[in-house]
Amino acid sequence: MGERKVTVAAEVGLHARPAATFVQRAKQAPMDITVARPYSGDPVNGKSILAIMGLDVRQGETVVISAEGEGSETILDELAAIAGAP
Amino acid sequence: MNLRGVGVSPGIGHGPAYVLAVSVPEPPEGATYTGEADQEKERAMSALTQVAGELEARGNQAGGEAEDILKAQALMAEDPGLVVKVRSLIDRGLAAPRAVYEAFGKYRDVLAGAGGYLGERAADLDDIRDRVIALLYGMALPAAPTAPAEPYVLVARDLAPADTALLSREQVVGFVTEEGGPTSHTAIIARAMGVPAVVACPGATGIPQGVPVMADGTSGLVHVEPADVDVADAVGAHTARQATIFAARGPGRTADGRPIPLLANIGNPGELDDAVRAGAEGVGLYRTEFLFLGRAEPPSAEEQRRAYRAALDAFPGGRVIVRTLDSGADKPLEFLPGPAAEPNPALGERGLRRARRFPAVMEAQLGALAAMESERLAVMAPMVATPEEAGWFAEECRSRGLRDVGVMIEIPSAALRAADLISQVDFVSVGTNDLAQYAFAADRQLASMSALNDPWQPALLDLVAMTAAAASEAGRPCGICGEAAADPALACVLVGLGASTLSMGAAALPAVRAALAAHTTEQCDEAAEAARAQVTAAEAQAAARARLPGLATFG
Repeated sequence: MGERKVTVAAEVGLHARPAATFVQRAKQAPMDITVARPYSGDPVNGKSILAIMGLDVRQGETVVISAEGEGSETILDELAAIAGAP
Repeated sequence: MNLRGVGVSPGIGHGPAYVLAVSVPEPPEGATYTGEADQEKERAMSALTQVAGELEARGNQAGGEAEDILKAQALMAEDPGLVVKVRSLIDRGLAAPRAVYEAFGKYRDVLAGAGGYLGERAADLDDIRDRVIALLYGMALPAAPTAPAEPYVLVARDLAPADTALLSREQVVGFVTEEGGPTSHTAIIARAMGVPAVVACPGATGIPQGVPVMADGTSGLVHVEPADVDVADAVGAHTARQATIFAARGPGRTADGRPIPLLANIGNPGELDDAVRAGAEGVGLYRTEFLFLGRAEPPSAEEQRRAYRAALDAFPGGRVIVRTLDSGADKPLEFLPGPAAEPNPALGERGLRRARRFPAVMEAQLGALAAMESERLAVMAPMVATPEEAGWFAEECRSRGLRDVGVMIEIPSAALRAADLISQVDFVSVGTNDLAQYAFAADRQLASMSALNDPWQPALLDLVAMTAAAASEAGRPCGICGEAAADPALACVLVGLGASTLSMGAAALPAVRAALAAHTTEQCDEAAEAARAQVTAAEAQAAARARLPGLATFG
């Protein structure tokens, strides 16, 4: 299982445009993608914008993105870059 | 008839009201369907897909900010979690419209419960839901006219991005909504369009279709059927206000010539140009989080020096006050051990507290600042609670050759013992936003706490007054660098309380400059005294404004 831990840098947090860009990319991936807050809470579906908004991740907070399977490392890198972009 | 709401996009908009009555009924509880479950699911799925497609198409047509918003909404309409929920509700016997209604309800409650920015997104979800249900019922949704005979004031319970995305200033001269807040889509889009807007205006949808309406996006007043003379007065006043604001030039000073340097709050070097254009005389708050957050390694000394150099070069001859890194559990650094998830990051290990536990980052930052060897460079620490902390920070700075050292006053204990803190440093700067949230025990991120975070609260004015008086006694400057300094009337009051400099976002500078130029030191003193003599924030504001007659021409 691959993982990336990312600090969200966008001022709006992982909402609005950053969340939409993230989900648009995640939806193209063949495997399951999950997003979770570290230490607490269950992972949610990374292809669900409503679930990601429900995490209420704000600027400066950290999320853990997970995926497994062929090509997951590349996808995780891309998703981490989206989530960490200012 | 007059209505009152909250002005979120300034200016006067007048024209006939176009009342957008979007009223999609709630599908009856327990409504069932006849026929096959698969067919009913198919019906629901195709409605969701069609609405997603329409939102996406409107987004492509609109472009800009509206495009992002509408594309996010399109993703919500086809959300996999939502789709699963709709399908399972239909399997349990619910008709497609009711299943859609209940599935959206679950997510809506989560967002609404979060409050603030996220809470306002609940309205986005309601809009998608209503569009899907209308489609399932075969109802037509009313739309704002795109080719009206005459530009109109658009009135609605709330406006969705899909309603406003294709409108322009040729069609709409004002927005009035019953719901929404300062970060609602109506507010964001109205400001982007440069169209006056009033939100949170109860009774707005009771305005009869087609009657003349005048919305004042500054005061939040909505006049229904205003007299022609009232419209002319309001438009004239607005024009004069703009003229007055932009007529005042040069450094900040009161009408009797007392200099009050007007400085800029800067969050990254990209904001320096705007501050220079707005006539700022220096930087009153240079936040340095942009150098540190979201990166795996701390910035090099060279990178830091470039950022400080940019500010010093933008204001030749001006003072630049750099605030050392303000990190905490809500703004963690990747290159330091993360603080444990704190239940309450605003009250946790942040700012100077964190710098004392992990001094390397602050030491490197002070080293880079000292290497600038600039007399114009000042440095101050965030989140200082005690004179002992102020003394420790001052010693760290001075031992490296930094000569202009200050602390932020943003914790009530620091304001209460301001004299003891000031004796350790060269200046203080009051952060009114945090000072308010700590004084009132009211989270400033929560929209529901905004009345307690009102900068006109007399208790907050008292804390500012105590700090300024202690600074004045010690013969040292007391600046203000919170949102309070950005309000023209409050800026005069802060000067009356003893502030020696005001620092704010660049956009607020011209109006504050004009407000100071229109009043004498004595008037500012009287306004401050009158405000502090009141019991409530509203009374304090009214009492101060009554003693600041110059605001009438532009405030």
